[in-house]
Amino acid sequence: MKAAVIVFPGSNCDRDIATAIEDVSGTKPQMVWHGDSDLPEGLDLIAVPGGFSYGDYLRCGAIAARSPVVRSVVEAAEKGVPVIGVCNGFQILTETGLLPGALMRNAGLDFVCRDVALTVENSQSIFTSGYRTGESITVPVAHHDGNYFADPETLERIEGEGRVAFRYGEAVNGSARSIAGLLSKAGNVIGMMPHPERRIEAAHGGTDGRRLFEGLLRAVA
Amino acid sequence: MKLRIIVSLKNGVLDPQGKAIQHALSGLGFDGVDDVRAGKIFELDVADTTTDEAVDEMCRKLLANTVIENYRVERL
Repeated sequence: MKAAVIVFPGSNCDRDIATAIEDVSGTKPQMVWHGDSDLPEGLDLIAVPGGFSYGDYLRCGAIAARSPVVRSVVEAAEKGVPVIGVCNGFQILTETGLLPGALMRNAGLDFVCRDVALTVENSQSIFTSGYRTGESITVPVAHHDGNYFADPETLERIEGEGRVAFRYGEAVNGSARSIAGLLSKAGNVIGMMPHPERRIEAAHGGTDGRRLFEGLLRAVA
Repeated sequence: MKLRIIVSLKNGVLDPQGKAIQHALSGLGFDGVDDVRAGKIFELDVADTTTDEAVDEMCRKLLANTVIENYRVERL
């Protein structure tokens, strides 16, 4: 699997997701700096990692979404290249418009950093084929702004199109419809607040996150 | 030319920060504060030739996220 991980000033999960991808696929992803305007050719996956890109200035993900490399990510996504955005990556993907809605301050105002239960809502996507629909998995979250918002019409539309990939199985951040992970209409883009790359090996307390990457590898390889 | 751009949350978008500020005000003994909405103000110093359309584009493309926010431009 030929993968690229985008690195912004303030990214802090870039190496975690690169390690997860390498561990599962056996191939080291290429790290691409935010100021580069070109992506490697023939990518099977682009990962937009978690962290605090550009210090979360203006809004979480707002500045990163306008960086040169992200323009190339949007073009690649529109051509069908799989893109995963985790945490700050999810915020960046909503800011680009690749995914609808916005991620707002957690309803409880606190930074939430703990393992949470997720329900797999749709196991038909390339990102979720390693799971069964309706299955409960445990993956950690670590965010201050994960409270998913979209207007009622948008929520109806994404639910109707089966685009909710993961839902929180417990109260976490006040997200509309408990949405934790969301697919694009074409299904090649996913944004999610929980961190699958932090649940890759037994020493992490479980391997529920690993199955996302294993399913993805089977789907794209 | 100086501009002031006021960005505020749309009606219907919950504002947890505004709620926390409201609670803090009531904790300080200020009664009768029914609601607080937090927003942002940007002050821009722009060339006199800057068109209204360009300012509007700045707001839509970066300063406000129009999924959740409204904006208003004042000339100072």
